[in-house]
Amino acid sequence: MKSGKLYKRMNLTIFTLVMVFLYIPIIILIIFSFNDSKIVAGWQGFTVKYYLQLFENQQIKQAFQNTMLIAILSTLFSTILGVLAALGLENKRFTGRKVMNALIYVPLIMPDILMGVSLALMFNFLRVGTGMATVLIAHITFCVSYTTIVVQSRLQGFDYSLVEAAMDLGAKPWLIFWKVKFPLMIPGIIAGALLAFTLSIDDFIITFFTSGRGFDTLPIYVEGAIRRGTITTINALSTLMIGFTLFLVAITKRVRNLLLR
Amino acid sequence: MEEIRIENLTKSFDGFIAVNDVSFTIKTGELFSFLGPSGCGKTTLLRMIAGFETPLTGRIMLGNQDITQLPPYKRQVNTIFQNYSLFPHMTVYENVAFALRIKKVPHAEIDSRVKEMLQLVKMEDQAAKYPNTISGGQKQRVAIARALINKPKVLLLDEPLAALDLKLRQHMLIELMNIHDAVGITFIYVTHDQSEAMSISDRAAVMNHGNIIQSGPPDDIYERPASIFSAYFIGETNLIPAEVTSIEEEYVDLKCNAGDGEFFEIDSTFHFRPEVGQKLTVSLRPEKIAISRTKPRAQEDINVIKGIIEDILYLGSHTQYIVKVGNLKFRVFSQHKRVYFDDKALDWEEPVWLFWHDTDSWLIDEVTPMGMDVGEVNVFERPFQTSRGVKRLLKSE
Ligand SMILES: Nc1ncnc2c1ncn2[C@@H]1O[C@H](COP(=O)(O)OP(=O)(O)OP(=O)(O)O)[C@@H](O)[C@H]1O
Ligand SMILES: [Mg+2]
Repeated sequence: MKSGKLYKRMNLTIFTLVMVFLYIPIIILIIFSFNDSKIVAGWQGFTVKYYLQLFENQQIKQAFQNTMLIAILSTLFSTILGVLAALGLENKRFTGRKVMNALIYVPLIMPDILMGVSLALMFNFLRVGTGMATVLIAHITFCVSYTTIVVQSRLQGFDYSLVEAAMDLGAKPWLIFWKVKFPLMIPGIIAGALLAFTLSIDDFIITFFTSGRGFDTLPIYVEGAIRRGTITTINALSTLMIGFTLFLVAITKRVRNLLLR
Repeated sequence: MEEIRIENLTKSFDGFIAVNDVSFTIKTGELFSFLGPSGCGKTTLLRMIAGFETPLTGRIMLGNQDITQLPPYKRQVNTIFQNYSLFPHMTVYENVAFALRIKKVPHAEIDSRVKEMLQLVKMEDQAAKYPNTISGGQKQRVAIARALINKPKVLLLDEPLAALDLKLRQHMLIELMNIHDAVGITFIYVTHDQSEAMSISDRAAVMNHGNIIQSGPPDDIYERPASIFSAYFIGETNLIPAEVTSIEEEYVDLKCNAGDGEFFEIDSTFHFRPEVGQKLTVSLRPEKIAISRTKPRAQEDINVIKGIIEDILYLGSHTQYIVKVGNLKFRVFSQHKRVYFDDKALDWEEPVWLFWHDTDSWLIDEVTPMGMDVGEVNVFERPFQTSRGVKRLLKSE
């Protein structure tokens, strides 16, 4: 009993420490985004001027638009492809099933840099000019693995007797899919889509290799800006991005609760 | 007119015969049950009638229509699944309405029919709930309403009460019988619980290893088992190995081997003509045996044997005595009544007399398998049962 309590308390302490280490940098970042100083050192007074600068900066605006466009499009395509792939891989009579199943997992394990370099080489070899199209293709490529796996895991828990029940009640295969199977897949599809969206938004390495000059997403811009030494607007930008992420998390929870009930 | 007829149905899974050349006919409106230990092929048989499995050989006729090859969605047969299989993303109302929505029935009609069905199963006030917020018994009711709304000709029920606790099970059993009376369609009911089958069915079939062992009204199977398996699977029984010594006009004399060179003699009425010297098995239900410490007055038609009480189990409504006669063990049920044969309760290790009317024993034209010693043949070890269900049954005792 006693040792159980001690164990519990130790666990709690370790957990708290981890959370502190995880969130302290973020809190510092948020605080300093309101600091009236060009460098991150000492408190110089409260200001929102860097936020105002953000909205005037055309490059940032453009990078933001690019990021959102790529994220939305790659989410859309990779989700559709992922759903189709997961459904296709369910078919036990499909001969390449095992190999395909293994291949789907490779992009999860493979280092991003390998993926970025190989994609860059391929585009170069095919003489495709780098830019938005190549970034989009690259993002869809790595997102498909994630969406497929998430949808697949949802399908694995699927109770096949529901299909039989629907058939028993007079539904033909096509209707069974739309009335029973698809509605039950939706939480998985949404989870997959959100994962793809977040992965696409903050991808740096693969985008770096496939974007070329002139097509910046936010992570690429941030890296460039820091290299040039402008920390301050970046702090403000990061704070906004954190806010956006929290918003996404909240939405995900809502949607899931609504769908799973 | 719309009877269901099964002709020589066989199903095998990779060479393993799950249902073996089964034939039977179920009349319209009948409540027919299949009873047998786990793994005997009940679900497989039902799934073939529903259309989820294709038989290897044989035909399934519904009225004059051969439905053997029809897909499930074209059969006028609906199923209550072992685990209900309600659609989790639909309300109770939508679950019940499903079959009608598929058929594109007008909304007003759907509404009235769903309400009618929910009323039949007493769930009208739960219509807006989702399946994971209602209890097991309520899910059961929804499953019944959902299956019945399409007015099937046959309703298949695969162990529908297995997941419910005892009290609820008894309650739902009565409810099911009422629903059967109300809708008047054929019910095919599968269970491995013999008391369920006995109380609910018009007729029942006992299955083992993919074969139908015996079918008929439940009391018929209970009182007149055709084989050791049905005697033993339906209810409790004492199985006594015996040899015919003489045959009179209405009864036979039997010599029973109690082991260790001990023999006792009994007589019994018979329903098939045995031969002198034939070895057979006598089935004697525990509740037909009377037990007393005083020897009863000698009577022509009463068998009397002597034994020693080995064990006494108080079971509430009755007491079970285990009485040793030689190496044989007899199971005897005695109900608690004010009218005792003895004024003092029987005790462990006490010598007692067992007696029963010679019309209460039943001869089975089967010998207990070879190489088994006498003690084993008797009720307790139940040696010839290897199937899973029986083991489970024994464990739960
Ligand atoms: N799809 C299948 N593939 C292989 N064997 C199967 C399949 N379905 C059933 N069997 C086998 O067929 C036999 C009969 O199974 P079935 O499910 O009909 O038994 P049951 O009488 O319904 O048992 P229970 O009381 O446990 O539900 C079993 O031995 C089982 O292992
Ligand atoms: Mg079964």
